Amino acid sequence: MEDIKPQLFKVTIDGIEVEVEPGTTILQAARKIGGNVAPPAMCYYQPLKGSGGKCRACLVRVAAGSAKDPRPMPKLVASCITPVQDGMIVENSTNEQVLTTRKAIVEFLLINHPLDCPVCDQAGECDLQNFAFNHGMATTRYEEDRRTFEKQDIGPYIQLHMTRCILCYRCVYTADQITQKRVHGVLGRGDASEISTYIEKAIDNDFSGNVIDVCPVGALTDKTYRFKNRVWFTKPVDAHRDCPTCSGKTTVWYRGDEVIRVTARKNEWNEVTEFICNTCRFEKKKTSDWVIEGPTKISRSSVISANKYRADTIKPDFQKKLAAATYTQVDDERDTSQLGIQQLPPERFAPVLPHANDPEP
Amino acid sequence: MGKKILLEHINVPGIETYDVYRKQGGYTAVEKALKTMSPDGVVEEVKKAGIRGRGGAGFPMGMKWSFLAKPEGVPRYLVCNADESEPGTFKDHYLMKNIPHLLVEGMIISSYALGANKSFIYVRGELMYVIRILEKAIAEAKAAGFLGKNILGSGYDLELVVHPGGGAYICGEETALLESLEGKRGNPRNKPPFPAVKGLYQCPTVVNNVESIATASWIVNNGGDAYAAIGIGRSSGTKLISASGHIKKPGVYEIELGVPVEEFIYSDEWCGGIRDGHHLKALVAGGSSVPILPANLITKLANGEPRLMTYESLSDGGFQTGTMLGSGGFIVFDETACVVRNTWNFSRFYHHESCGQCSPCREGTGWMEKVLHRIEYGHGSMHDIDLLVDVSKKIEGNTICPLGDAAAWPVASAIRHFRDEFEWHITNPSEATKPGAVFKGDMALV
Repeated sequence: MEDIKPQLFKVTIDGIEVEVEPGTTILQAARKIGGNVAPPAMCYYQPLKGSGGKCRACLVRVAAGSAKDPRPMPKLVASCITPVQDGMIVENSTNEQVLTTRKAIVEFLLINHPLDCPVCDQAGECDLQNFAFNHGMATTRYEEDRRTFEKQDIGPYIQLHMTRCILCYRCVYTADQITQKRVHGVLGRGDASEISTYIEKAIDNDFSGNVIDVCPVGALTDKTYRFKNRVWFTKPVDAHRDCPTCSGKTTVWYRGDEVIRVTARKNEWNEVTEFICNTCRFEKKKTSDWVIEGPTKISRSSVISANKYRADTIKPDFQKKLAAATYTQVDDERDTSQLGIQQLPPERFAPVLPHANDPEP
Repeated sequence: MGKKILLEHINVPGIETYDVYRKQGGYTAVEKALKTMSPDGVVEEVKKAGIRGRGGAGFPMGMKWSFLAKPEGVPRYLVCNADESEPGTFKDHYLMKNIPHLLVEGMIISSYALGANKSFIYVRGELMYVIRILEKAIAEAKAAGFLGKNILGSGYDLELVVHPGGGAYICGEETALLESLEGKRGNPRNKPPFPAVKGLYQCPTVVNNVESIATASWIVNNGGDAYAAIGIGRSSGTKLISASGHIKKPGVYEIELGVPVEEFIYSDEWCGGIRDGHHLKALVAGGSSVPILPANLITKLANGEPRLMTYESLSDGGFQTGTMLGSGGFIVFDETACVVRNTWNFSRFYHHESCGQCSPCREGTGWMEKVLHRIEYGHGSMHDIDLLVDVSKKIEGNTICPLGDAAAWPVASAIRHFRDEFEWHITNPSEATKPGAVFKGDMALV
C-alpha cells in the first residue's frame, strides 16, 4: 500500500508561514520556525504527556481561527495545548496584548518567588530567570509577605525547596510517566499548594533524579552538586557510558579536571531528550567512568556562551520599548511606618534564603 | 402570583416522601417520556423550551444536550452538578432538601434523553444530610420501579449514584467536577476537548445544574412550547432566586423571568423591601462572582428603562452598567454595608478557593486579597486602587477556568462604581477602621 501523506496545515505565526502536520500545537509550529517566534513555556514539556496549559506564559492571540472560519478567537489561547487549524493566523510577539499579558504572567510568577538567584543553583540555566529577563520588568509592585516554606528532605539525592516552586507540575508528570511509582504530588490548594511527598517520604527509585532536570526553577536541586559551583564556571561535555538501566547518554559538567555534575542532555528548548538513571547522574563522578564525545552544543537559553545578560548585547527591540512604556512608577508618599512588613526584623527573612555556608541537610 | 414550576408543591406536608410526591402528580413525566416519547423527542422538547442552564453561565440546555457526541459502543454519562457553593446562592440546597424526588425524576428523564445508563449527582460535601435525603429518595424510586433494570418495561436501565464532593468551590466547575468524580485532584481541565466529547472517564458527558435537571419533568409533562411561553424572549421559564442580605424576607423564591427588579425587591410577595429605616445601596444579582451594581443602576437601566430579572436585562450595558443573572444569588446591601469590606470578603473567598493550577489565578487572587485587606485596614494608598484594577484585568480571561474571571469581576466592578468609597478608606484611615464605620458620601441611595 502506498503511504498517504497527511495533508499539511498552513499556519502563519508573526507573519511567517509554516507547514505542519495536523494535530501539531501552535507552540510546536512556532518552534519549527524558531527564534523569537516561539512563545516561552514554563510548564509545557514536550516529552511529558499531558503537561502544559498551566503557567499561561505561552498565551498567544489567534487572529484567524482557520481558513474555513477566519473569525479571531475571543480570548488569548495557551499555544502549548491548542492544535493548529489550516489557515490559522497567530500573533505572538507582534501583538501588544500578548506581550502585556506575558509581562503580567512574569509578575504573577515572581510575586511569591524568593528571587534568591545569587545563591540558587539553578541560576544561569533557569527558565524563570530567562523568562523574567526577556519579558518582565525590573521592579516589583508587590509589597506583602512572600509565601515561604521550610526546605523538605525527600531522600538522599534531591533537595526540595518549595519556596522557589512555580507549580508547573512537570515533576509530577515525570514521576508518573518515567518512574515506576510516584510518591510526590501537589498538596493543598491555591497559593498554599505545594509539591510534597506524604509526611516527608523519600523519593526512592532509579529514575527519580530526572525531576531535577525537568524543574524549570531551583525548587528541585541535586544534592551532590548543591552549592558546589555556578553554572557559568563549569564546562559541559557530551559523554556516554554503557549503562544497563538507561541510555547512558549524558552531559558531564567539569570544573577544571573534576566532574562536578552529570545531567541529561537537553535540546535547544531546554527539554531533556533522553532521561537518565540515578546511577549515571549521582554516582559516576570520575572522568574514567565516561567516554567523552566532545563539547556540548550550548542551547539558545544558556548564559554560558551567549553572553545573554551582558548589557551591550541587548538590543532595544519592541518588547523592551513596551516594557518601558506600560508600567510607570507612581509616586508613593504614604507613611510606611504603619506597614507591617516594614517593622519585621531582618531575621524574619533569614531562614528563607539558603546560604552558601549552610550545612548540607 | 407568578407561575410556579419547581416550588409548586413545596408546602405540601411530606412532599419529600415518595408517596406524597406521587400523589401530587410525581413521576408521571417519567411514565410519559419512557412510554410515549423517544429520547430525541425529549431533547427536542427541551430545545423548544429554550431553558438556559441555571448554574450560572446560562448556556441553553437543549443545545448542550444536542452537542453530546454519540459514538458507538461508548457509554455516555449525565452528571448533575449539585456542588452549589457560590456565596449568596442556596437554591439547589433548598430544592434537594425539600423535594428530592423532583431531582430524581428529572435525572431519570434527562438520562433517558441522553442515553445514559449510569448517572451521577455530585453533591457538595458539606451537605451530608442532603445526600442522605437524596439516597433515601433514590431507594424509594427504585422500590417503585422507576430506577434499575428495564424501567416500566421500556427496556431502559438506569443507575443513579450520589457522590459527595470534598467541599471545594472549584469542583463546581464542570471539568474539575469530573476530575473529582474520577477520584483525582479537582483541577479544571484544559478545554477543548469539552465534556460533551470527552468528559467523565473520557466518555461523552453532560453536566447540568440541579435546577435545570429538575425542570425537565415539567417540560415533558407540559411540552416545551408551554415552558417557552413563560418568561420573556430568550429568558424563558422560571428561575429560583436565593434572596439574602438587608431585606425583610430573605429566602428562596421562584419567579417568572421578566419580573422587574424593583418589584422583586419591594413587593411583599418576594423580598418585601429593604429593612425598616434603611435604603438600598448596592446589589449583587447573581452570586458573589458577578459585578456589583450601585443603587442608581439596580432598578433602572442606564437608559432609564426598568431593569427586569432576565438574562438580557441584567447584563444590559455590559460590565460598565450591567451585571449578570448568574446562579441567582441575589444579595441586597443597604447603606450600612461597606463595599470595601465586602469586596475584600469576596476576594478572600476566591483566594481560598483557587485551585492553584494556573498562575494568574493562583497568585493574582492572593495578591488582590492582600491589597484589599490593606485598604480595608487603613494602610492603603491611592496607587493601590489602580493596582487592583490592573491586576484584575490581568487575571480576567487568562485563566484555565472561569474562577479567575469570577475573582476579578467583583473587584473591578466595586472600584468602577464605588471608587469614592475606596478613596475614603485610603484618605481617612483612622475613621474608616473604626468598627462599623461606613462611608457616608454623596452616594446614590434608593
